[in-house]
Amino acid sequence: MNNNKNIKVKIKKKKWHRDDTELTILALPTFIWYVLFSFLPMFGVIIAFKRYQIFPGKSFLYNIIYSEWVGFDNFKYLIESRSLYILLRNTILYNMVFIILGIVIPVTLAVMISLIHSKRKSKVYQTAMFFPHFLSWVVVSYFVFAFLSFDKGVLNTILIALGKDPVQWYMEAKYWPFIFVFMNLWKTTGYSTVVYLASITGIDPSLYEAAVVDGASKWQQVKNITLPSLRPIVIMMFILNTGKIFYSDFGLFYQVTRGIPASLYNVSSTIDTYVYNALLSSTPIGMTSAATVFQSIACCITILLANWIVKKIDDDYAII
Amino acid sequence: MKNKRNQNMVSKLNQINKSTNFLFNIIFIIISLISIIPFVFVFMISITSESSIARNGYQFIPNEFSNNAYLFLWNEKNIIFNALGVSVLVTIVGTILGVLLTTALGYVLSRPQYKLKGFLTWVVFIPMIFNGGMVASYVVNANILRLKNTLWALILPLLVSSFNVVITKTFFKTTVPDSIIESAKIDGASQLNIFARIVVPISKPVFATIGLFLTFAFWNDWFQSSLYITNSKLTSLQALLNNIQKNIEYLANNPSAGLSIQQYVSQMPTESVRMAIAVVIVLPIACAYPFFQKYFVTGLTIGAVKG
Repeated sequence: MNNNKNIKVKIKKKKWHRDDTELTILALPTFIWYVLFSFLPMFGVIIAFKRYQIFPGKSFLYNIIYSEWVGFDNFKYLIESRSLYILLRNTILYNMVFIILGIVIPVTLAVMISLIHSKRKSKVYQTAMFFPHFLSWVVVSYFVFAFLSFDKGVLNTILIALGKDPVQWYMEAKYWPFIFVFMNLWKTTGYSTVVYLASITGIDPSLYEAAVVDGASKWQQVKNITLPSLRPIVIMMFILNTGKIFYSDFGLFYQVTRGIPASLYNVSSTIDTYVYNALLSSTPIGMTSAATVFQSIACCITILLANWIVKKIDDDYAII
Repeated sequence: MKNKRNQNMVSKLNQINKSTNFLFNIIFIIISLISIIPFVFVFMISITSESSIARNGYQFIPNEFSNNAYLFLWNEKNIIFNALGVSVLVTIVGTILGVLLTTALGYVLSRPQYKLKGFLTWVVFIPMIFNGGMVASYVVNANILRLKNTLWALILPLLVSSFNVVITKTFFKTTVPDSIIESAKIDGASQLNIFARIVVPISKPVFATIGLFLTFAFWNDWFQSSLYITNSKLTSLQALLNNIQKNIEYLANNPSAGLSIQQYVSQMPTESVRMAIAVVIVLPIACAYPFFQKYFVTGLTIGAVKG
């Protein structure tokens, strides 16, 4: 085997070195990980095209291989089930809002924090804002509960003190789009701000000095130096996030609502929460799988498309 | 000297005026408070007495303090320490394995002469834009690799991410000089030796970055646990909190002497116990992250370099 490779490589390039063997050994464990946990599931995609059956006493692989092919039936069923419309609407709309606000607000804050006179204060603010990034959604859901609980939460205590009626927060769908947006910003803004700020500190200070000598105002400096310098990283974040537009932050929608009560189903179910619930219930696995396959393929197309568009506009900024 | 004063003047000119600075400070103080206050609040609830919660709801400054929630957790220390043990074990093993796997591949990909570089680059790149989806991963992990109800289910699926591999590759490529590696090779060192003896010691920042990414990912994970773990011996702290409703009863399964289960449950400070578990999870993070914060940013800025 090795010999064979040797000869082939010799013809094509230089000789296969001892170095190459050693590097291959070094890379082998990670390669095996990729095969098992990344590429094997890719073949699991075929479940979406089968009616999965359990043959008693046979192994799982046997079951998959001998299950009947049903073509796109699972997908058809998914499309006809009507829930797909809500799932897609929620997933995409929330993500679009998150992507836009997730760029505009942190960039604004990063510019502002870079202008604050005291560097010590700015460090303290950064550390405080970074905190939510390190918490899991399970923990955050208890934070939220402390505010929104019907009989004990702070918000209702305040409402009552103001002479208003308390609100059943976990039953009223109309508030939740705002709560989701707020919580998403709460958790991600600090991190993104610090990342953009790192790019701002990397800007060559002589640019600003030259601008000051030319009599540019602070706002002109921000508009003509700071913001253009942030373009590459903003575009990179944009492509990466668009690539995830069919995925949702599962914890946000599932944990913060405390497991999606029925009254909130329409505003808080996304593709991921649907799949999760289906996976732990008795929904046929083929259909669930169809939903995730659809998700993967749609994302693959979006990221390539976003990249293609960016490439059209400016080749330097594309990530692929 | 004159030059320096000039520069000072330039940077003075360059500053925003005092009132804008004041306004910005106010804005950031508000944002900082919004970020931190929920945790302070949850901590205050955890030290509020149960009767005070029943009377007044959750309060920032409770009428009546009590350490009952923590005493209760201490009483049930078998379960709490077991969960803590699972969390710590998974975090440590996962971080070490993850860092080794990630950096080893990152180093290999950073070697310009390596023959299989093109192939392995694709292996890393494809999962970035396509994956089999949650169901397929679940099926593979649960049915083919048989990870259900093992600690490996909490560790293995999260070990490597292509994003981290790319970060390490870029780091090695830009900061480890080729000449050092070439001279070590001339001295007869194997690549494994070079990696362990030369590359690792001079690449501490990237190890710290990846290590911290993984530490927090493992410590905060509840999702893997909710999919694969049903055995209560393997419950992590996050999973314990996630299923607290079920677990409060489970915690109460060994009442102290002289009390029936009903009595014990009715005496339990349920409200504050939940918040106390949240505090136990967050406190180590809150104490540790300010010291490691800079590495998180380093990681992302290295990753942003195209390469």
